[in-house]
Amino acid sequence: MNNLRTTFRKLMLYPSAMVGVLVIIALVVVAIYTMITIPYSKAITLWRGGEEVWYQNPRFAPPAWINLFSSKKYSESFAVNTKDGGITKQVIPGKDGISTVEMTYEFDFNYDYYPQEMLFYFTSNFREKQPFVSIELLTPDNRTIRIANYAIGNKFTYRFSQDQKLRTKLRAEEAIPALFSLPDSEVPLKGTYRLILTGTTFEPDSNMDVEFVFHGQVYGLAGTDHARRDLTLPLLWGVPVALAFGLMASIGASVLTMIIAAIGAWYAGWVDELIQRITEINLVLPFLAILIMIGTFYSRSIWVILGATILLSIFTGAIKGYRAVFIQVKESMYIEAAKAYGASSSRIIFLYLIPRMIPLLIPSLVQAIPAFVFLEASLAVIGLGDPVLPTWGKIIQDANSNGALYKGLYYWVLEPAILLMITGLGFAVLGFALDRIFNPRLRDV
Amino acid sequence: MSVTTHTPSEKLAIRRISANNTFFRVARYVGVRLLTLFITVVIGIYLTIMIANMGGYVDEIIKNQIRDSVTQSVAASPTAQQMDPEVRKKLIADRIALEEKRRGLDTPIAVRNARYLVNALQLDLGRAINLTSDAGSKQVRLIILERLPATLLLMGTSQLFLFFSSVFIALTLSRSYGSFWDKLVIALSPTSAVPPWFYGIFLILIFAAGLRVLPFGGMVDSPPPSNTFDYAVSVLKHLMLPGLSLVLSSFFLSVYNYRTFFLIYSSEDYVEMAKAKGLPTRDIERTYILRPTLPNIITNFSLLIIGLWTGALFTETVFLWPGLGRTLFQAIGLYDVPIIVGSTIIYAYMLALTVFILDFVYALVDPRVKIGE
Repeated sequence: MNNLRTTFRKLMLYPSAMVGVLVIIALVVVAIYTMITIPYSKAITLWRGGEEVWYQNPRFAPPAWINLFSSKKYSESFAVNTKDGGITKQVIPGKDGISTVEMTYEFDFNYDYYPQEMLFYFTSNFREKQPFVSIELLTPDNRTIRIANYAIGNKFTYRFSQDQKLRTKLRAEEAIPALFSLPDSEVPLKGTYRLILTGTTFEPDSNMDVEFVFHGQVYGLAGTDHARRDLTLPLLWGVPVALAFGLMASIGASVLTMIIAAIGAWYAGWVDELIQRITEINLVLPFLAILIMIGTFYSRSIWVILGATILLSIFTGAIKGYRAVFIQVKESMYIEAAKAYGASSSRIIFLYLIPRMIPLLIPSLVQAIPAFVFLEASLAVIGLGDPVLPTWGKIIQDANSNGALYKGLYYWVLEPAILLMITGLGFAVLGFALDRIFNPRLRDV
Repeated sequence: MSVTTHTPSEKLAIRRISANNTFFRVARYVGVRLLTLFITVVIGIYLTIMIANMGGYVDEIIKNQIRDSVTQSVAASPTAQQMDPEVRKKLIADRIALEEKRRGLDTPIAVRNARYLVNALQLDLGRAINLTSDAGSKQVRLIILERLPATLLLMGTSQLFLFFSSVFIALTLSRSYGSFWDKLVIALSPTSAVPPWFYGIFLILIFAAGLRVLPFGGMVDSPPPSNTFDYAVSVLKHLMLPGLSLVLSSFFLSVYNYRTFFLIYSSEDYVEMAKAKGLPTRDIERTYILRPTLPNIITNFSLLIIGLWTGALFTETVFLWPGLGRTLFQAIGLYDVPIIVGSTIIYAYMLALTVFILDFVYALVDPRVKIGE
């Protein structure tokens, strides 16, 4: 405990290490927050969900905050519904069970770029006769544009951009820009637009509802990808995945390496010889190629990859370093004393030898974390990430395979990349400072 | 203190015995060392072959692929459609058997692995299954030789530049430690936790996507320029970003490590002594600091040279650089075991040979080291 406090006090002398500690604490907090607010199963269904989950979002939309840095404003996305009162709905009963449903929605459009798409999702219930709806748009300059008339079934989707008749009516190649600008003009018309939907139901208990989805050019805090998925989900879930993989791989590999080195040094003879030979064989094995082979042939599950990573990282050069120190420690007086009072081999290894090495272990353990975090991301980037989990590497892979950099969708690559960078550097600076504290030979120079 | 005297003939005999001893010691050492290294290589390669087959699991995948493609090609051919179902079934079965025989899937896996191991150890790399070289050959040797120049160009320029610049800069820094530049290198050394392909993405973003001055990837413009000078310029342009990302990702840590290393040696008493004698800094650096650190530097350098062989798998993939790393990745994706094993065996031999030669080099540069003791 006292040791811990002095270490921490020494750590305070390194401002960079303190930044690293803060970054790590922040990451842990975010990871816990993510796992509580978006439970694993929900994250998976969302991440693997298709159009039915993400229909409200535009495709390839940068985050909304880019408007802060741009003098020309991109339109933001939204979705409103009659069910929660977002769209005002008024039912006016008429004769013979025929009633009129008036739905209006007013929204401000003060942007310099046209929206991607607008959609209506109608739902209705009826026995025999389908309800009918007509859609109109009232522009800021008080033109009323008749959009369409439709008889709607139980479910009906109307897409503005797909409507051939509307295009012909507007005499335009694209319906949406024509709706949002003055006739014969190429600039968006700013102001308040009003959508007026007049529905007619032909049965007493027949009813209809509508959801209006406006796909702008930007979306939310992190933007969206090619499958309309909100990138905040994989960005947030990437935190616990990266931390878990990095920590487990690093702890697993370094602790096992140390235990094996201690066993080799303690028993000496053929055990030691065997460990040395295995280490040499492991140097010949192509580490990355084996991981990729396991990913390609066998399983891409993050647990399998983690296990293989740890196994291949045990018998590395580090084992020789530890072994050299253990052989020195083995000759110490207190080990002689332990032998004299009859301590068992396992007791000596685990209670006397290994604890002595913890100061050596901790810096290298922390320093190894970024390598494993990036390994997981690297595998994901070449398409060998866990197919189920939303991770940072997966975002970069999606971005790369959709030519994000080529198309100028920088946010898509930058967001996960910067998070990876912060995580990696956070652990690296901390490990670096720890190394200088625990290895005085380095501190002096 | 006793003084022993020998007659001249006795002295000669002693010298002969000690020479004999040295010879035997070295010979025995060389024998044992070569044998253990060879066994290490054999086991390493055998394990790689096993993993590349996933203990026979890959055979199942390939057999299914064959069945699929044969059935489809037969079903698609107009002549087969008019055949009797029985005849068609037999045709399919025959063609599957033929294709399996061509791939050698009819012999048991253990036999194949053993044959494979023996061939690989003799550097008979065999033929690739799916991959072909750009010239159209399926010989693994030719495929590897074709991709080797690209990897050597990329890795060679970046790693050699990295090595020499970091040793040189580290020497300079170790002379003025505590200075601004020294502190800067220390502060920046954690940046090496980030792998090269990652810097690559940022570099692509800045120089290819943003400024549009350098290409996104590949090795030469398409179509390749016909005259040699333009070709070289084009290759150089394509080389810039992957090379820079490889250098950038290990530069600061490399400088830091060498600097710390030199500093440890320059605080030795004999260096202080040399300084006190007033020797010029160049001499101190050369004979008092570089000389004792030479074994380490040589080790690093030789590991760097054999590391060139493996290429930079992720960086080459991100930059679409047609080198060995990307070939290995493609080969894995196509279950092309011969290429995976071929690449591994050459690396294993080079590593074993380097380890073996290094022992002698140590003895040459450091008089305190004696082989086989």
